[in-house]
Amino acid sequence: MAISSNPMRIRTKLEGDVCQVRVLMSHPMETGLRKDPLGELIPAYFIQLVTVRYRDRVVLTAQWGPAVSRNPYLSFKFQSAAKGEKVTIDWLDSKGDTRSDSAVIE
Amino acid sequence: MRSSSVVALVSLMASAGLLPSYALAETWNKAGFDAKSLDELLKTLGAGKPEQSDQVILTAPEIAENGAVVPLEISSKLANTDSIAILIEKNPNTLAASFVISPGTVAYIQTRVKMAETCNVYALVKASGKFYYAAKEIKVTIGGCGG
Amino acid sequence: MTGPRTQSHLTVLLAAFALTLAAGVFAQDNRALEDMQKFRDILREDNPAELSEARGEQLWAAPRGPNKVSLQQCDLGQGPGELKGAYAKLPKYFADTERVEDIESRLVTCMQQLQGMSRAQAIDGWYKPNSDLESLVTYVAAKSKGIKIDVPAAHPKEAEMYAVGQALFFRRSGPLDFSCATCHSEEERRIRLQEVPDFLTSAGARNTMTQWPAYRLSQGAVWTMERRLIDCIRQMRWPEPGYLSDAIIALQVYLQKQANGGVMDAPGLKR
Repeated sequence: MAISSNPMRIRTKLEGDVCQVRVLMSHPMETGLRKDPLGELIPAYFIQLVTVRYRDRVVLTAQWGPAVSRNPYLSFKFQSAAKGEKVTIDWLDSKGDTRSDSAVIE
Repeated sequence: MRSSSVVALVSLMASAGLLPSYALAETWNKAGFDAKSLDELLKTLGAGKPEQSDQVILTAPEIAENGAVVPLEISSKLANTDSIAILIEKNPNTLAASFVISPGTVAYIQTRVKMAETCNVYALVKASGKFYYAAKEIKVTIGGCGG
Repeated sequence: MTGPRTQSHLTVLLAAFALTLAAGVFAQDNRALEDMQKFRDILREDNPAELSEARGEQLWAAPRGPNKVSLQQCDLGQGPGELKGAYAKLPKYFADTERVEDIESRLVTCMQQLQGMSRAQAIDGWYKPNSDLESLVTYVAAKSKGIKIDVPAAHPKEAEMYAVGQALFFRRSGPLDFSCATCHSEEERRIRLQEVPDFLTSAGARNTMTQWPAYRLSQGAVWTMERRLIDCIRQMRWPEPGYLSDAIIALQVYLQKQANGGVMDAPGLKR
């Protein structure tokens, strides 16, 4: 599906050694409770797991339900960060699709 | 939360390339995400009777212009905060999201959630093996021309 | 039985009480609107429309259609491939199609002329979230950030469209006997807690037109101005204008000209 191929928009901000990351992900995050114009229920379809890695360590993991908004936004902060290093964000959704995007800390 | 340590372990294994990605979904806390009431969810999470704490700070609008996108900001000043969960009292399923805060990560999350109707939103925090929370009522409005 | 003086005292007191009550309610309304604006600003800092914009950038440069050509030579009114300021100066008259075109119809023209698509192919699924046209319009509009809206409607065809658009704006019709002006004619008007922009003043028009296309939270997608207008007209219980029709372009010529001088800041974020 074309939607899942949209790259995440990742912004990083370094203050001292704390990096704040702001991510926008492209995903419909369907609850399974909505109806389409024909009155049919649109099946649930949402990101379930998110993993954030910095260098060789896992910084954050998240479990999401469909109550997270469409085109999810996530912001978090971690320590011991350095300019030029990479942050990688992975997601896995309820259909088994995955997506991985990285950003270099500026 | 037992599942949180499982998620952490699975994530570590995944990062070491030891786990096929489809297996990750099995660790998703289905019982938690299926819970339909605050009481049921707290029981499933093993949170018992969490203590209200002003060390848990939940920032959110008083009125959500649209229940589909409600911005939340949660931070915990409690030492050894290792997880944060977002609970929305009157949603069909109470648990919206949960986060495992690794050592070296700030106990801070911003995200956006769907709210079915005006109700209390809870930030549930686990720190040093105990559960704490902050709550805020958020009003959800109806749009102008019905949309 | 109260005498005239007591009665007038009473009236004054009642009036003062009513005013205080109203002021209190009004102040509360204002606080609610301010609170919502504050959070709209926060949401705008990380606007999901950026995802659409990024996709639009890819689509603009991708060789597509039967001719396998990109849109990079598309003339949006400022010359082939010239994107900066193009959105801010639309709709305008184009000699090659002999039509006044808005951003969407011009993109469709380019998809047909350059990429060899049929009209049906070009507009296929335009209304679906994350559609190609939605993404392309978002990308092009973002290239006008910081640039003033400049729609003089000077060309005879443009002037004609302006007059039609203006007539449409004020025309009462449909089962509710509504015109656009019925609602969009006063500052600080709202329906429930949704603000209804004033289009009768330049300031009001500028405030709105500079923020479209916009990510609509209620839709989880970026909507173009044309699309938003079509939907508003539907909600007025009028028959919907056809996609890319003269009628809907005429309305945009009117509104954009009203908004001349406004500084573009799209994609915006709306309810």
